[in-house]
Amino acid sequence: MKVDMSWIDYLIMMVYFVFVLGIGWFLRKYMKNANAFLEAGRSMPAWVAGLAFISTNLGALEVMGMTGSGMKYGMLTTHFYWIGAIPAMIFLALFMMPFYYGSKARSVPEYLKLRYDEKTRGLNAILFAVMTILASGISMYALAILFERILGWDFNISLWVSAMIVLAYTYLGGLSSAIYNEVLQFFIIVIGLLPLVFLSLKDIGGWSELKAGLAPAATSAGYSPDAYITTWKYTAEASQNPLGVEWFGILFGLGFVLSFGYWCTNFLIVQRAFAAESLTAARKVPLIGAIPKMFIPFLIIIPGIIGIVLMNDPGKGFDLPLDSSGKPIYDYTIIMLLKQYLPAGVLGLGITALLASFMSGMAGNVSAFNTVWTYDIYQSYIRKRTDNHEADDRHYLKVGRIATVGGVLLSIASAYIASKFGNIMDFLQTIFSMINAPLFAVIFLGMFWKRSTGHAAFTGLLTGFLMALAHHGLTAPVGANTLFKGGWIGVIHEYPVEMAQNFWTAIIAFSVATLVTVILSLLTKQRKTENDLKGLVYSLTPRISDEHMPWHKRPAGLAIIVGVICIVLSIIFW
Amino acid sequence: MVDIRYPIGLMFSILGVLVTIFGFVTRNAAMYEKSLGINVNIIMGIVMLVFGAAMLYMAIRKKKES
Repeated sequence: MKVDMSWIDYLIMMVYFVFVLGIGWFLRKYMKNANAFLEAGRSMPAWVAGLAFISTNLGALEVMGMTGSGMKYGMLTTHFYWIGAIPAMIFLALFMMPFYYGSKARSVPEYLKLRYDEKTRGLNAILFAVMTILASGISMYALAILFERILGWDFNISLWVSAMIVLAYTYLGGLSSAIYNEVLQFFIIVIGLLPLVFLSLKDIGGWSELKAGLAPAATSAGYSPDAYITTWKYTAEASQNPLGVEWFGILFGLGFVLSFGYWCTNFLIVQRAFAAESLTAARKVPLIGAIPKMFIPFLIIIPGIIGIVLMNDPGKGFDLPLDSSGKPIYDYTIIMLLKQYLPAGVLGLGITALLASFMSGMAGNVSAFNTVWTYDIYQSYIRKRTDNHEADDRHYLKVGRIATVGGVLLSIASAYIASKFGNIMDFLQTIFSMINAPLFAVIFLGMFWKRSTGHAAFTGLLTGFLMALAHHGLTAPVGANTLFKGGWIGVIHEYPVEMAQNFWTAIIAFSVATLVTVILSLLTKQRKTENDLKGLVYSLTPRISDEHMPWHKRPAGLAIIVGVICIVLSIIFW
Repeated sequence: MVDIRYPIGLMFSILGVLVTIFGFVTRNAAMYEKSLGINVNIIMGIVMLVFGAAMLYMAIRKKKES
């Protein structure tokens, strides 16, 4: 199963390392205050922040996981992109960025503080900080173990070296360095994986042969012949498609609750738009990111789908490594494909692309963590601002830098915990993913309903989270052999697949949070005056006029272009 | 701040030259059986070189304007 790398592959990787570190080194002299370090001085052009926006999301787990999902679920995996990302990104750009960016909040928790109250901010900041560290530890572990098994690199060395490179460039150049490197990493990921798409497609004989090759795999699994190459066609009933979820679960669970919860509230992502140079640029950031996002499936999902055909053809000699219980490890699809098709040279590019995806995700986590730690935890609870702004600024810059080091070290620690107790980490990640859905409910109500109150938001956030937890404890996917997958209180309902359970957990968390926030808002007194809420709530904020711009330069015009492309793609691959 | 297109352009130009030369030198190597007999190194090398040069060109043009 081992892949042999030659000197040229290592040389390519070294060139990449020199450039990521070099960017950090060049930017270090601009890091004079906390604002420059943690917010990139709000100076990024829209296209730079837009590509960084999508690159942060394109982490190692995304690349490995989505190729693996392509192999498991076929073309239905594109639901995570076309329905599960684009509508939310358009909504964020047009309807939420004016309040996020316009409010001058430096983070999502700080928006909660401005709109609601201190306790709502505190709850969100702490949960977010923990979740960020966990996520970055888990992806670090996944990458190091992959490199150990497939490339034969030492686990500890690849873990520490990759983490230290990320630490070096984020420590030196802060958020600016993270964003600049994410743009560079975005191009390396695309260029490094591009040859794989063409070679694997050519190998099996092109698109029509791909369709033909998938038919026997689909029928032997009990689906219609074209089930792996269609998206919506077989979603009338959950049992008829490989994803195991029906259209309502996909549309409402994935397309609305999970997707809006992730894209519109996750500070890790939204922070890139906060760094934009102007409100117009900030509104364009998610839309510019949406354009590559729509086409990423062709880069990482299609090779996974081709993997299904390769697996069924013994003559190709393609196989996946097995885990301890004898099941194929789908997440290794991408690296096994790299091994299958790429000779020395482009192989180095492909491996560098995987490293780059890991680094973009991790730098995103670290730069979001240090901002939330510095502004929402340290500055709110440990050392408040004083009258001396200059000394304050130097102090918070120092705190931001220490938080960067601390964040990386904690991530490394959580990577080691993941290597010992993988199940617990997966469980924690499932749990923490439940905070996004109620958070979206609370922020949405905050932006569009001036009546919603702090007490209600806090309670809504908490009960939404607890109900999600309860749902996870009371239901389980069929055939679950561990309590980490659910049912740890007692199973009162079984879902056909884990995905369906996750969708419904999110739907319940969102609905409960919405209901509780609305009811309690009506029962409690609004402590914020209309003047306090100006710029934070839709009805109390002056409309932005884009009429001086030509239509295709307006955020709304760009949103229409993105929307149309997305609908066309969905219809072509219906 | 620095225009991000400089480092991107420079890196891909360097990688492009490197990979193209490597592809040319190894043009008869057996390893290209893996890639269906196609010399992907020369192709990707040229792609990177063109991309890198385009990035540098845009960065320089922008600088001249301002």
